[in-house]
Amino acid sequence: MTNHWIDIRNSDCILIMGSNAAENHPVSFKYVTQAQLNGAKVINVDPRFTRTSARADIYAPLRSGTDIAFLGGMIKYILDKKLYHEEYVAAYTNASFLVNKSFEFKDGLFAGYDSENKKYDKSKWGFQADEKGVPKMDRTLKDPRCVLQLLKKHFSRYDTNLVSQITGTPEKDITEIYKTYTATGERGKAGTIMYAMGWTQHTVGTQNIRTMAIIQLLLGNMGVAGGGVNALRGESNVQGSTDHCLLWHIWPGYLKTPRASNVSIEAYNKKWTPASSDPLSANWWGNYPKYSVSLLKSFFGGKASKDNDFGYEWLPKVDDGKAYSWLDLFDEMYKGTIKGFFAWGQNPACSGSNAGKNREAMKKLDWMVNVNLFDNETGSFWKGPGMNPSEIKTEVFMLPACVSVEKEGSITNSGRWMQWRYQGPKPKGNSKSDGDIIMEFGEKLKAVYKEGGKFPEPIANLKWDYMTDGLYDPHKVAKEINGYFLKDVTVKGKDFKKGTLVPSFAFLQADGSTSSANWLYCNSYTEKGNMSARRSQKDAPNEIGLYPGFSWCWPVNRRIIYNRASVDLKGQPWDETDWVVRFVGKEENGKYVSKRWIGDVPDGGWYPMQNPDGSAREDSKHAFIMRKHGHAQIFGPGRADGPFPEHYEPLECPIEKNLMNPQRVNPTAPVFGTDADAYATCDPKFPFVATTYRVVEHWQTGLMTRPQPWLMELQPQVFVEMSEQLAKMRAIKNGERVMVSSARGSLECTAIVTKRFQPFKIGGNIVHQVGLPWHYGWRWPESGTEDSANLLTPPTGDPNTRIPETKAFMVNVAKI
Amino acid sequence: MSKSFFVDTTLCTACRGCQVACKQWHDLPAEQTKNRGTYENPPDLSFNTYKLVRMREEVIDGKLRWLFFPEQCRHCTEAPCLETAGDPSAIFKDAATGAVIFTAKTKGLNADEIIDSCPYNIPRKSADGTLAKCDMCLDRVQNGLLPACVKTCPTGTMNFGDRKEMLDLAKSRLGVVKKANPKAQLIDADDVNVIYLVAYDPRSYHDNATASNSVIRMTRQMALRKMFSPVAGVAARVI
Repeated sequence: MTNHWIDIRNSDCILIMGSNAAENHPVSFKYVTQAQLNGAKVINVDPRFTRTSARADIYAPLRSGTDIAFLGGMIKYILDKKLYHEEYVAAYTNASFLVNKSFEFKDGLFAGYDSENKKYDKSKWGFQADEKGVPKMDRTLKDPRCVLQLLKKHFSRYDTNLVSQITGTPEKDITEIYKTYTATGERGKAGTIMYAMGWTQHTVGTQNIRTMAIIQLLLGNMGVAGGGVNALRGESNVQGSTDHCLLWHIWPGYLKTPRASNVSIEAYNKKWTPASSDPLSANWWGNYPKYSVSLLKSFFGGKASKDNDFGYEWLPKVDDGKAYSWLDLFDEMYKGTIKGFFAWGQNPACSGSNAGKNREAMKKLDWMVNVNLFDNETGSFWKGPGMNPSEIKTEVFMLPACVSVEKEGSITNSGRWMQWRYQGPKPKGNSKSDGDIIMEFGEKLKAVYKEGGKFPEPIANLKWDYMTDGLYDPHKVAKEINGYFLKDVTVKGKDFKKGTLVPSFAFLQADGSTSSANWLYCNSYTEKGNMSARRSQKDAPNEIGLYPGFSWCWPVNRRIIYNRASVDLKGQPWDETDWVVRFVGKEENGKYVSKRWIGDVPDGGWYPMQNPDGSAREDSKHAFIMRKHGHAQIFGPGRADGPFPEHYEPLECPIEKNLMNPQRVNPTAPVFGTDADAYATCDPKFPFVATTYRVVEHWQTGLMTRPQPWLMELQPQVFVEMSEQLAKMRAIKNGERVMVSSARGSLECTAIVTKRFQPFKIGGNIVHQVGLPWHYGWRWPESGTEDSANLLTPPTGDPNTRIPETKAFMVNVAKI
Repeated sequence: MSKSFFVDTTLCTACRGCQVACKQWHDLPAEQTKNRGTYENPPDLSFNTYKLVRMREEVIDGKLRWLFFPEQCRHCTEAPCLETAGDPSAIFKDAATGAVIFTAKTKGLNADEIIDSCPYNIPRKSADGTLAKCDMCLDRVQNGLLPACVKTCPTGTMNFGDRKEMLDLAKSRLGVVKKANPKAQLIDADDVNVIYLVAYDPRSYHDNATASNSVIRMTRQMALRKMFSPVAGVAARVI
């Protein structure tokens, strides 16, 4: 979330799309309700009428996988009616940037497409630059090559009639939603988006979010209270695990995983450190080497020095151009190239798209270590449905982990709040905390490597001193994450002693004199103490629910990021009531003469762009400090699938032709080629659109909720929801068991025949959609009859993130 | 002053936290259920289920509504069950809170008669005839805590406090809700200590959402007649 949970209450209009907040983030509805009671409108767009829809002021249905068409139409609506916040757009976004002549969009493809490799040459999407290398801009937004004009041209095709034919949303609903939401473009109004896996789990997942980000920028909704782009995370610590590099393509703090071609720390830093020649661009990532070197110092301590590249060569590199995501890992496992597997706190036999392939892949392993609270469908895959244990050689080790409340440590919630939690009951039986398991594992590895082995340095040199009295010490790890001064130094005129904690990332160094296991968290555990354990109930002076003394928030306790865009060029808030930051420096003769911001921690404490008399200041910086050029990107030339979003059908879809352009599917979407990978589009065997989702009564693959009798009482069985019309067509009665099948597998479920699903009218034809929760697995309940909806879902995904497309695929539903 | 619940169904998301919290606080066992083609489960209140979120799909004025109704004992100001029982060791009213409390001695009552006397069809019997229903979490309330269902509610649907405070809140919310929903109403607010606000006709939420007024008025007579005839209560209900 760019904002945070409490801030939802400050919104004037809440769009809930790609999420089902009432069911999957029930506590968020505390703030949604507060906003509504204050007069905010709540809009819900979803293929199915959900418990969220039940509370929305406006609900509209939409066929799964057509969000870009829907939102693209809103962009056109905003531009046609000139509803955008012009001052904001011109000053803070790259709408004014002039794009190179080489950029074009034709026949559904952007310039630079290489059909053989299904990849774009992104150099075709660059900006025109002056002799110093600063992008050329037209702040009047009139130049035909400026981003705003190109945006207008790109989305000119998205008229509401066509949008309606693609999405199946009635035109009058589309117009009502566009009108209601875009009213937040008015100065002082804020609209927010609550999205989740309903947007990310598509072959166009990243671009779904990009489309909304463009809307938020056009309406001036980024950085303001009650605005932002808010991802509702699927687990309480997903934000934390992402920040700390759960994913293959990043190191902690969103540093890049080194490529094989980054041959030295110098080459690595050079490759990934952006440079700007605009004196008004803070280009914060210009500090990259300070963060990467501090990370290496944290990994290897005294063993890392300038002479040995701070141990850079001891870290694994990924091959250039190769992906190592979930889909790719299981593909390799299926092909037999991966021999060992730690399934740590996860259940891929149920949670992964095309789960049947994952289960088969596990047969190819020599060994698996299953670290979890209980045995699950992954650890017991060898005795699951269709398996013959006598033919499976995989040796499975189970390491019982304790539950979150049985250990001390932190989680980072969707709102980027790092919250310290204390130990409640002690771990039961012989279960241990993940920290203890990892520490012990590390100790053993170190002992083994002492006896020899290939390339022992990475393990032998690893700093591994996070135990106290033989047990994992979460405080030592939290301090390591924050980082230390490793020698007596003077930084920015301040003296620091060796061994003390670094007060914030502004003090990190690239010379090896500081460590930090995650620069973004530098400021979380300082000489003043554990910031995340703070519990002050006092709000900030702007009284918008920031509660700056409660827990700690990255970066540097900034509760609403991009907040410099919540003020005008003179530093005064667009919204006088729910203001986020405000410049209150002294003024003399129309000029600011002293620096002071109040409210939230500002996105950089520089002077505003202009003085009160309107004169420009040269000591200021553009608002979006994390961007190379200091401007938010309406035109995003870094994405794999295009600088503007475009509607493509899901890889499996019910229509032969994309009504928007000649490319049916995202031309860069990954597909896999083993015999376990099958796809079906416009195949009469699989005529219905399907999607998967969660219910409030279960969690994830249900490992913690399926053995819980009170929750099983509420949602005892896997089900498939369908319209009354579809049920009638297939002679299916409400409550009876049916078979749902896709090109990859089939699943027995209970039919819920409901008015909450309605058939869609797509391009003049009737298209039916069904939906299933994915919380179940054969291991529990004991009947063994309930299994995972991911047996049906397809092995494809987003080309940027490679998140699987589990939210739109094709199935059949039949009586048993 | 007695305590009351104010249940604002216009804010309910049917997360059913209340339903689970009730089971957890009272340590009630789960029932073996099946998916019956609806999310609503278990199918009815029972000796082990005091609180049940009713869910109904209704088309009202051409629009689909999913109506949620967290059903529980209303703790009537003049409780027919209590009067029908006529045995304070089995059913009594806690003077401080107004909670209508069933004890283990309900085993000695005519269970069906008590159930029949309830205008909202709430009490349920066990195999041995003992009766059970919501107890307002009296043990919590007496120790300064909110009832478990109220404590767990994220949206403000479930509220609890002094009766006057709850009535004021209910009336104020009714005023707001009525602007968009002219049929909005408080259900039987004068007669019960669990005051529901609904946006539409109460009967579209649940058959027993509202009591027939005649039943409430009959109760005193019922109690009197009961003294003379064991079947009079049933007869009065039929009238």
